[in-house]
Amino acid sequence: MASRNLILAFESSCDETSVSVVEDGHKILSNIIATQIDSHQRFGGVVPEVASRHHIEQITRCLDEALDQANVTYDDLKAVAITYGPGLVGSLLVGVSAAKAVAWAHHLPLVPVNHMAGHIYAARFVNEFVFPQMALLVSGGHTEIVYMKDEYSFEILGETRDDAAGEAYDKIGRVLGVSYPAGKTIDEWAHAGHDTFHFPRAMEKDHNYDFSFSGLKSAFINTFHNAEQRGETLDRNDLAASFQQSVVDVLVEKTLKALQQYPVKQLILAGGVAANQGLRERLEADVTRQFPTVTLIKAPLKLCGDNAAMIGAAGEVAYRKGQRADMSLNAMPGLSF
Amino acid sequence: MKILAIDTSNHPLSIAITDDDQLIATTTLNLTKNHSIYVMPTIEKLVAIAGWQPADLDRIVVAKGPGSYTGVRIAVTTAKTLADTLQIDLVGVSSLKVIGAHVAQLQAGRPTIVIFNARRNNVFAAGYQAQQGQMNEWLAQQHMSFEDLLQLVEERQEAVSMVGEFDAQFDEQVAQSPAHSLITRLPANYAIPSAYDLAILGRSAQPVTQLDEFVPDYLRITEAEANWQKKHPGELKQSYVREV
Ligand SMILES: [Zn+2]
Repeated sequence: MASRNLILAFESSCDETSVSVVEDGHKILSNIIATQIDSHQRFGGVVPEVASRHHIEQITRCLDEALDQANVTYDDLKAVAITYGPGLVGSLLVGVSAAKAVAWAHHLPLVPVNHMAGHIYAARFVNEFVFPQMALLVSGGHTEIVYMKDEYSFEILGETRDDAAGEAYDKIGRVLGVSYPAGKTIDEWAHAGHDTFHFPRAMEKDHNYDFSFSGLKSAFINTFHNAEQRGETLDRNDLAASFQQSVVDVLVEKTLKALQQYPVKQLILAGGVAANQGLRERLEADVTRQFPTVTLIKAPLKLCGDNAAMIGAAGEVAYRKGQRADMSLNAMPGLSF
Repeated sequence: MKILAIDTSNHPLSIAITDDDQLIATTTLNLTKNHSIYVMPTIEKLVAIAGWQPADLDRIVVAKGPGSYTGVRIAVTTAKTLADTLQIDLVGVSSLKVIGAHVAQLQAGRPTIVIFNARRNNVFAAGYQAQQGQMNEWLAQQHMSFEDLLQLVEERQEAVSMVGEFDAQFDEQVAQSPAHSLITRLPANYAIPSAYDLAILGRSAQPVTQLDEFVPDYLRITEAEANWQKKHPGELKQSYVREV
């Protein structure tokens, strides 16, 4: 048995092929990420079959580079961690097949990891976790508030009923002529504008922690098209700012409400949309003011998007908890906590 | 030479381990397309039965397509990663040839056409012919309409055997084709690939030199890609993936 606590992790759930070596669950020795974003930009979104084809082009190169950069051999490893869901089935299958092959070839335990747990554990590279804990997970495919009573226990308090926040960004981005993925550009424009349109804040008054962004999306598109028909051009910065303000308001208010009912020691902000500056700033300000005893841990910008290091961090905990998969492990595209 | 051969190109899954040309153990399933569940457990079991260790393997041979995109990808990812991680040779063989070469040997010089159903009346097809102890390619593997395939047989005026994934529509088209008297349709049991045949084909073949670049032979670009290329002639780049 290897003496160092090293996890080799694979992630291929969407359009990033990534392999990483993580030490002790919180030290990145390597984190190779091959992104296909330039390819899917041509189609205005991720095309599943194209994504699967890119993953298979990259997988062994990423694996070899991850080990090289970490300067370790298979003998040094403790386990292989793998994202098995949620995600695109064809994409997941490339990572799952590769991880199983490596685990079998080197007699290593195989540790299955939920992609969303991975996003949460991206924050483990910033701070040690103290429980109970809550996470606001916002990405292209998911918007969830998750409560963690203990290490590696996950309870969804609320989730989106329609579009994920990231999806809503991409959809209004398309209307504004912003190429996929739109989040970063909208965020930049929003900083230069003001909330002048006052779009609806969906479900703010409802007594639950679920989200909905389809009403906001429709209101935005109607406003834009009505102006277009009148021959008016609306200020894109104000449009972006108004949209973003509405998204951020809903995300932050639901989270603050959840914090009231579930006292926690730490709040984690993670997922692809957690890179949004508007959201980061607002959550920081509100949590500090209203919940001074709660520590906000924002996933590092570099680790908000999909990457294998976060799977390694979660995988290290799952490994200690004794979670194992055998060689029949399959991709679970609809996996939930 | 200890060989592991893997074929999950279509519904059947076939795995074999051989020592040179000698079969040690093989398993063929014909249950489902959900190969992800069965590939590695079958490999694990066969290698254990042989009393081998993964590190004892010298070569991986894989059916690299055409076929079901997902099926081919599971076999190729598994094979490619095993070869990479064990630092051993990898050989890719056409999935059509796995069936075609074997059947053609039994056809005494008569060309054998293998077809996989590629939907919408299209097929992945290839033809093989055994002549003087050699296996010749009578028809290079390609994606084509079933109509075009029948027309090709008609033009060549050569009696052929056909084997593969037939559906009722294909049978009817054969019956109505002017080439129908040239075509002998072999029964379905000839269409089940054997990884033992795959191992034999791969034993003497040249291994892959650029392992990282090894990908399935899909024989067809995706619809999204085809539409994009039509709208953007000459804009296709060498690579669309970059490290960040
Ligand atoms: Zn993600």
